[in-house]
Amino acid sequence: MSEKCCASSRSTSSGAKLSAVAIRASELVKWFGEGDAKTFAIRGVSFDANFGEMLYIEGPSGSGKTTLLSMISGILRPNSGSVTVHDRDIWNLPAHQLADFRLNTIGFVFQDYHLFPRLTTVENVAIPLILKKQDWDASLKRAQHYLEIVGLGERAQLPPVKLSGGEQQRVAIARAIVSAPDILILDEPTASLDGDTGKRILEFVKSQILNEKRSILVVTHDSRIFPYADRILRMEDGKITGIVSGEAAREK
Amino acid sequence: MPGLLRIGYKLLVNDRGKFAALIVGITFAVFLMIMMTSMFSGILRRSAATVTNVGATIWVMDPAVNNVLSTIPLPDYILDAVRSIEGVKYAVPLYSGAALVKLRDGTYEPVSVIGLDDSSLFGRPELEQGHIEDIYAENGFIVVHDAEFRKLGNPTIGSEFELNDHRGVVVGIAKVATSGLFGIPTLYTTYNRAIQYIPNTRFTTSYVLIEPKAISAIEHIQSEVKRLGYDALTREQFIQRISRFYMYQTGLGTNVLLMAVISFIVGLSISGQTFYTFILENLERFGALKAIGARGSQLVLMILFQASFAAFIGYGLGIGLSTLLTRIAQLRLPSYAAMTTYGNLGLAFVMVLIIAAVSSYIGVRKVLRIEPFDIFRG
Repeated sequence: MSEKCCASSRSTSSGAKLSAVAIRASELVKWFGEGDAKTFAIRGVSFDANFGEMLYIEGPSGSGKTTLLSMISGILRPNSGSVTVHDRDIWNLPAHQLADFRLNTIGFVFQDYHLFPRLTTVENVAIPLILKKQDWDASLKRAQHYLEIVGLGERAQLPPVKLSGGEQQRVAIARAIVSAPDILILDEPTASLDGDTGKRILEFVKSQILNEKRSILVVTHDSRIFPYADRILRMEDGKITGIVSGEAAREK
Repeated sequence: MPGLLRIGYKLLVNDRGKFAALIVGITFAVFLMIMMTSMFSGILRRSAATVTNVGATIWVMDPAVNNVLSTIPLPDYILDAVRSIEGVKYAVPLYSGAALVKLRDGTYEPVSVIGLDDSSLFGRPELEQGHIEDIYAENGFIVVHDAEFRKLGNPTIGSEFELNDHRGVVVGIAKVATSGLFGIPTLYTTYNRAIQYIPNTRFTTSYVLIEPKAISAIEHIQSEVKRLGYDALTREQFIQRISRFYMYQTGLGTNVLLMAVISFIVGLSISGQTFYTFILENLERFGALKAIGARGSQLVLMILFQASFAAFIGYGLGIGLSTLLTRIAQLRLPSYAAMTTYGNLGLAFVMVLIIAAVSSYIGVRKVLRIEPFDIFRG
C-alpha cells in the first residue's frame, strides 16, 4: 500500500497553490545569550528547499543544524531574517497561527521519537489528527492506514516500548505524515539505529514518503545515508559552507 | 469525549502507579475532611438535641444562656408577661435540668429531665410504646429510646427507679429526632413533677416556649421580650447560638478546623507532588506535542482535565469510604455522633477543587514554559 493514495487528496493549509520552492530561508541569524556570553549559532544563512526534494543539512556537532531546522519549522524565532513557506513569512504569524502552521504544514520526526509510552502505537500516530480536532474513530482509522504504509499495521495495538528502535522510528514517521504535511523534517533519523536499519528507513522515506508535493529535510552527520539525498547543505560554525548534489555524494 | 481529553485520560489512567497514588492521596484527604467535619456537624446537632426534639417555634431565655444545659431560671412573671404580648398564640413553661437516678440494681445514673407544661404537654415526644396521657399517672416518666437508653438498664413500661428519693415509673418509651451530646439518658415528665422531684433554685422555669399566631408576629414578639430584658429566639436562632458556643467558645471548632486543614494539606501534598512528577515525566512529550502544533490552550485543557478527573474520582471514593465507615461505626457505637451534611460535602468539594487547581497550576506552568526547541536539542 502506498502513502500517495492519501497524499493526493490533500491540499495545503492555506489553500495556496504550491510553488516549486517549499521553504525559502533568507539571511537567518540567531544568537544565544547577551553581552560577553553572546554566541552566534546561525550567521546569515539563506537557502531554498524545493518540493519533491530530499535536502540534507549536515555538519559537525555545534554547527547550527538543529537551530536552523528549528527556525525554518516555526519553533525557534530567529533574531533576524525570514522563513517563507507558501509565500508567507511564518515569523510574522501570531503564536496560535504559528502552532497551526506547524500542525498543518510540518511533520516532525524527532531524534528520540518522543512517542507516548502510555498510548498504543496507533493512538500515537493519530495524535496530529486529534490535535486537529478530528473524530477519534476516523483518526484511528487513518492512523492505522499510515501504520500499514510504514509496515507496522499489525503492531497497531502495542505500546511503542514493545517495538524495536527501527520500528519506533517508523511509527514516528507515520505520525509525522499522517496529516499529510507539505514539509517533513527528520532530526538525526539514524542516530539511534544500526547502519542497515538506518539505510532501510531512509530508502523507505525516499521511495514511499517523498513525492512531488512534499519536501523532506533531514539533519544528519551520518555519511552512510548521504546517497539518499538530492542535495546536501554542509554547515560549519553557523554558516553554509557548501552545497553538494546527491549524485556527487553517491559518487563519492 | 473529545479526542484530546481522551488522550489525556489514557495518559493519566494508563500510568497506573501514579494514577493510584493520586487517587489514594485525594481519597484520603477527602475521607479525613469529611470525617472531621461530619463529626463536628454531628456534635453540633446533638448539642442542640433538646431544641430540635421539643420543637417550639420561639424560646424565651436569659440573654446569658448559650447552650441548653446552662439554663438560667426565669422569674415567674415572665410567663404571664409573654402571654400578654400581642401575636402570641400560647406560651408555656419548660423545665430542663439534670438529676441522678438510682436504678434497681443500686447503681446511679445521671439523667437529663425535661418537664413539659402540665396542661398542654407542649413539646412532647412521639411515643414508641405507651400513651402520652400516662405521663399524668403517679410518678410517671417517659424514657427516650436513644443511644443512651441502655444505661438505664433497657427499661420497659413499668420499670421503676428512684429520683432524689422519689419513686419513678416508666410509663412510655419515646423516640426522638436526635440523641443528646453528653451521653446521658433523657426522661420526660410534667413540669410540676419535675420541679417537685428535683431540687431547685428560687425560680424554676428554664424556658418559656411560644407559639406565635403568625410567622409575621415573630419580630414583634422578639422586640417585646427584649424590652423585658430577655431573649426570644426562634428555633433556628437558638440552634445557631448553641453551635456558635461550641464552635468558638469551647475550642472544638478550632480543633476540628485544624484537623480539616491538616487533612487538606496532606491531600494537597500527596496529589500535588504526584501530579507534578507525572507532568515532569511527560514533559518532553508535552514539548513534542507543542512542536507538532498543539496550542497552549489545548495542553492546559488536557492537564486541567487530568487533574479534575483524578480529583473527582478521589472525591467520590472519599465520600464512599467515609460514609461506609460512619455507617459501620454507627452500627457498632450508637453514640457515635458523625453526621454528613451537604455543607460537609460542599466544603470537601471546594477543597478538592483547590487541590485540582493547585496541581493543575503546577503542571500547566511547567508545560507552558517548555520550549519545543529544547525537544529538538534533546
